[in-house]
Amino acid sequence: MKTAVLLIPLLPLASFIITGLFGKRYFKEKSHYLSVAAVAVSWLLSVYLIVQVERGEELHWQVYSWIAAGSFKVEIGFLVDQLTAIMLLVVSTVGFMVHVYSIGYMKGDGGYYRFFAYLNLFMFSMFMLVLGNNFLMLYVFWEAVGLCSYLLISFWYTKQSAANAGTKAFLVNRVGDFGFGLGIMLIFVTVGTLSYSGVFSSLGSIGTGTMTAICLLLFMGAMGKSAQFPLHVWLPDAMEGPTPVSSLIHAATMVNAGVYMVARSSPIFSHSPNAMFVVALVGAFTAIFAASIGLVQNDIKKVLAYSTVSQLGYMFVALGVGAWTAGMFHLVAHGFFKGLLFLGSGSVIHAMGGEQDMRKMGGLKNKTKITYWTFVIGALAISGFPGLAGFFSKDSVLAGAFHKGFWYFWLVGLVAAFMTAFYMFRLIFMTFHGKPRDEKAFAHAHESPRSMTIPLIVLAVPSAIIGLLLGLPPESGHIDHFLEPVFEAVMGEPVHFGLLDAGLMTLSALIGIGGILLAWLFYVKRPDLPAKAGARAGFLYRAALNKYWIDEFYFAVFINPVRALGRGLWRWVDVGIIDGFANGSARFFNGVGMALKPSQSGKAQVYLFSMFLGFLALLVAYLILTI
Amino acid sequence: MTPLQQYLALSIALFFIGSWGVLARRNIILIVMCVELMLNAINIALVAFSNYSPTGAGRGEVFVFFVFALAAAEAAIGLAIAIAMYRLKERLSIGDFDEMKG
Amino acid sequence: MYDFQEQIGFPILTVLTFLPAVAGLVMLLMRGKPKAYKGVALAATAANFILSLVLIAYFDRYTADMQFIEKVPWISSLGVSYHMSVDGISVLLIMLTALLSLIIIPASWNYIKEREMQFFVAFLFLETGLIGVFCARDLLLFYVFWEIMLIPMYFIIGIWGGPRRIYAAVKFFLFTFAGSLLMLIAIVAIAYLARANPYATPVFDMDLLEKSIFSYQVQMLAFLAFFIAFAVKVPMWPLHTWLPDAHVEAPTAGSVILAGVMLKVGGYGMLRLCIPLFPDAVVTLAPWILVLSLIAIIYGALVSLVQKDLKKLVAYSSVSHMGFVTAGIFALNLVGIEGGIMVMFSHGLLTGALFLMVGFLYERLHTREIADMGGLAGPFPVMAGVLLFFTLASLGLPGLSGFVGEFLSLVGLFTYSKPLGAIASIGVILAAAYLLWMFQRVMFTKLRDEKWYKLPDLSLREIVSLAPLAILAVWAGVYPNTFLQLIQPSAARLTEKMAPYMAEGGSAVERIFASLGGLF
Repeated sequence: MKTAVLLIPLLPLASFIITGLFGKRYFKEKSHYLSVAAVAVSWLLSVYLIVQVERGEELHWQVYSWIAAGSFKVEIGFLVDQLTAIMLLVVSTVGFMVHVYSIGYMKGDGGYYRFFAYLNLFMFSMFMLVLGNNFLMLYVFWEAVGLCSYLLISFWYTKQSAANAGTKAFLVNRVGDFGFGLGIMLIFVTVGTLSYSGVFSSLGSIGTGTMTAICLLLFMGAMGKSAQFPLHVWLPDAMEGPTPVSSLIHAATMVNAGVYMVARSSPIFSHSPNAMFVVALVGAFTAIFAASIGLVQNDIKKVLAYSTVSQLGYMFVALGVGAWTAGMFHLVAHGFFKGLLFLGSGSVIHAMGGEQDMRKMGGLKNKTKITYWTFVIGALAISGFPGLAGFFSKDSVLAGAFHKGFWYFWLVGLVAAFMTAFYMFRLIFMTFHGKPRDEKAFAHAHESPRSMTIPLIVLAVPSAIIGLLLGLPPESGHIDHFLEPVFEAVMGEPVHFGLLDAGLMTLSALIGIGGILLAWLFYVKRPDLPAKAGARAGFLYRAALNKYWIDEFYFAVFINPVRALGRGLWRWVDVGIIDGFANGSARFFNGVGMALKPSQSGKAQVYLFSMFLGFLALLVAYLILTI
Repeated sequence: MTPLQQYLALSIALFFIGSWGVLARRNIILIVMCVELMLNAINIALVAFSNYSPTGAGRGEVFVFFVFALAAAEAAIGLAIAIAMYRLKERLSIGDFDEMKG
Repeated sequence: MYDFQEQIGFPILTVLTFLPAVAGLVMLLMRGKPKAYKGVALAATAANFILSLVLIAYFDRYTADMQFIEKVPWISSLGVSYHMSVDGISVLLIMLTALLSLIIIPASWNYIKEREMQFFVAFLFLETGLIGVFCARDLLLFYVFWEIMLIPMYFIIGIWGGPRRIYAAVKFFLFTFAGSLLMLIAIVAIAYLARANPYATPVFDMDLLEKSIFSYQVQMLAFLAFFIAFAVKVPMWPLHTWLPDAHVEAPTAGSVILAGVMLKVGGYGMLRLCIPLFPDAVVTLAPWILVLSLIAIIYGALVSLVQKDLKKLVAYSSVSHMGFVTAGIFALNLVGIEGGIMVMFSHGLLTGALFLMVGFLYERLHTREIADMGGLAGPFPVMAGVLLFFTLASLGLPGLSGFVGEFLSLVGLFTYSKPLGAIASIGVILAAAYLLWMFQRVMFTKLRDEKWYKLPDLSLREIVSLAPLAILAVWAGVYPNTFLQLIQPSAARLTEKMAPYMAEGGSAVERIFASLGGLF
């Protein structure tokens, strides 16, 4: 088991180093061989690992002492339990599929080798993130995946927008990490250790206030990485990256790190109901807020991005109300179907020759059959169509909120679910149905190569059936039992499926179908309606279209003032006051010198005479003092 | 025996004549000569003190030799400088040499 | 006792210190043979670097005692001796000095056109001064080396610098020299005050001085005098304005040594002299110094954000980074001090590398204005990769050296005071902002000039001079214990010295007010 754990991250790392160093000169268009192979092996090992864990094995392994400075001691070590295993499986499966998909999608790109090297680096960092056994390792690889995200978002760096988006993603994440870092320091100062087991075993001695502070600081990091309001702004922009990246990093894996972190720290969070409430509140607000923006976006990837933000909000609602396993269930299901949807959108973009604006698409249904059908499966799954993955996972989140007494979160979740169904099918109808709006692009449209369609099919399978496999019976399904050891200490009473739950389930199914029908009405039956509704909604519509002007707000309130402050400090304090003082003192002595200059007349006799006078003066002074 | 005061009076008189010359005369040669005058005034004082001192007999004379050496050096260098200055400006009035003015 | 005779058998510290200077003198005899004298310079610095590694190899890392002691009377009537010895902190910084001195020789191989020999000789003398400062165990000897390193740097900026080099050189000299003179006064004062009786010779030996106890007033005054001298070097806000000018005008190699080692001399002096000699004053003034450090961190970052000249940007970033050094050191706990030293080490590697990169860019584009660049990743992919590496390391990406030091000194500061730690952490956000924004504007977006495609990417010579820095940056990030073990006993000795003086508890604000009482 140790070998497997070691190989899972190290294979992609080795592949990253080799491909990165020699890809440009030697591998060129064959760069994917090594990296796909490495990830494939990691995937197999992850499957092996989850089987082992299922059998009840766990691994706690200290590899080496990383930092030892005084009382501050951190080790590099691995922890494999159910939570790790399930994360590994999601990451490696989607990662593997995305690697295969990229072979076709990135074909002919100038940075082909670079792309695969970065993807491998990401896989390494993400594996290490979930495998680590202490908070500092979590933080380290948290930053590392952020770096990969930065590199891949600004992959096409000659585009100004891509370069901006990369920097923005890194910086917004840094703001979150500021809190995360402080949280870690607070943990260290309070408990004196950073390993998960060490921290969780000494929680009893921490005061409530400190506990809440720790939780909120940690959650700030999660808000950055998982794109929760108000730190969500980077994720939609991150769509500047190549689509496989959006699928892997910005939908299925990295953005889940925040959820993973909160789930991993569940023993801490469960000690602070206030912090839990904040988590749920932020999640619920983000869920509905992002969904409302998603309703009106026209860029196919932007719709999916806001959808991701919204779904991540769902997961935080689940964690915040204490439905830990439901949150993780939704994470797994979402990882598969959102990965699928993004890959599908990439296939569409590929077919349309790089076009991302849905207003120029339409009628692609028959030209791209595989893409269409897999996309529909994904969309039905996320909309909560009965029987598919999203139906079970979303329902367990909502039911969890309802059972724990947070009916208002349940209500918000229900509204967001309705919106989700609506915008997903708005996307489908605009893209695949109706008449082609751009004849020229449509004429060239074609189904993607097999390396791209196979991953679609492979991911469509879990999107369809994973709910049935893991989620039955609701709320005490297979996944709940599997994860039970992790959340043992923090789980409430097990819920028994009753009539009330059946009612809730039916309601959420109906809501989903209602959303789909409304989208059908708007975009198939009566295509004139959207414009009318938009005009009627007026301000709200414009607000949603402009993402509630949050970017503009940040520019006006943070970025521009900070730059102005920097400029002011430089020009006024540095150059003005400090240098002014330094140069001023130089000028002062210069002035004194100039004033005394005439006394040096250059006439020897004047000097002599003053010497004489001085001598006399000294003599007189001496005489006066001594007599 | 001539009293010490008379030697000292001579020495002071010579010294002040010399200093008046150094301070007031314009010609560089004359200034150098006046410096010699001042040195000799000191020599007289030194010899006189030496002669009247009960313990220091001979010490003043030793100093006088040093002053002689100094005066000789000064005369040599001073006159050389004076010649160099004359070559430069064809004049020897000290007022004309104020290149070191600040 | 760790006498050099027993430890290694030859006076290694003297050899390390004076080998470069001797090589410099030899070079002066080789007028008109450029290949030969450059060879001598390279050989001398290389030999010195190897010697520094030998030093580390023979160094006993399990003790806080001074090692490789050489002690010969020098001016016995004043109690001055030629006393050289090192501990873990000095050893680490000596290695850094030797490495950077070695690197700049090939890096400026073809860079200097006028008075080339004198240029290299100046650097060799500079190395002597720097290593001497790290070895000296006698205050007067320390001061001598302190001034020796000032003079070559003055000439390096003033002769081989940019258009405003005279202004920059004079400013550099005056700022540092004003500090040095204050220090000289304090040195003489404490040397005489430490005498056992008024007829004894003054005490310049640091071993003895560390054992003497000074009155509170003396401690405060002497501490401030020393501290200002070191704060100018670090440089701490508001004594930093010589730095951007000096860096902008200095030739690349000058900037590398200036930022890489000379700034560290300030931090080193605080560790070596301020804390062990004046513990009472340290306790009183530490909160104030921390506040100044925080200002430096935030201020440097903000000003760096809006710089238009690459070198100025890196220079101001040094102000910000060195703020973490003083913040860590004056948090006065083991984690903080070790963090501060690690930041010094890592900053030496990374900022040295960044200045080299700026120099390489300048040699190609003949500009340092960020606005004139853009899209350079196209023509210079290798350079873009290397610059990204050092940029990320410098902004504290975990796994590279910048993170370890920064995080440790933040933990130290956070242990001392939570609000101060939180404020300092903002600097980490800002570091990402100015560095990534810089990188984006230089390397990303559209290429400004197609003919840059004709310019060469990093040459082998350039890569070779950057590689050791990169390797050490990864090493210190992945396995920092190598370096932490080296400095741990010495840092622990400092905290042990401070322990009896530390007041219990109290928030930072309270301590500041308490120290106000101590001031009057």
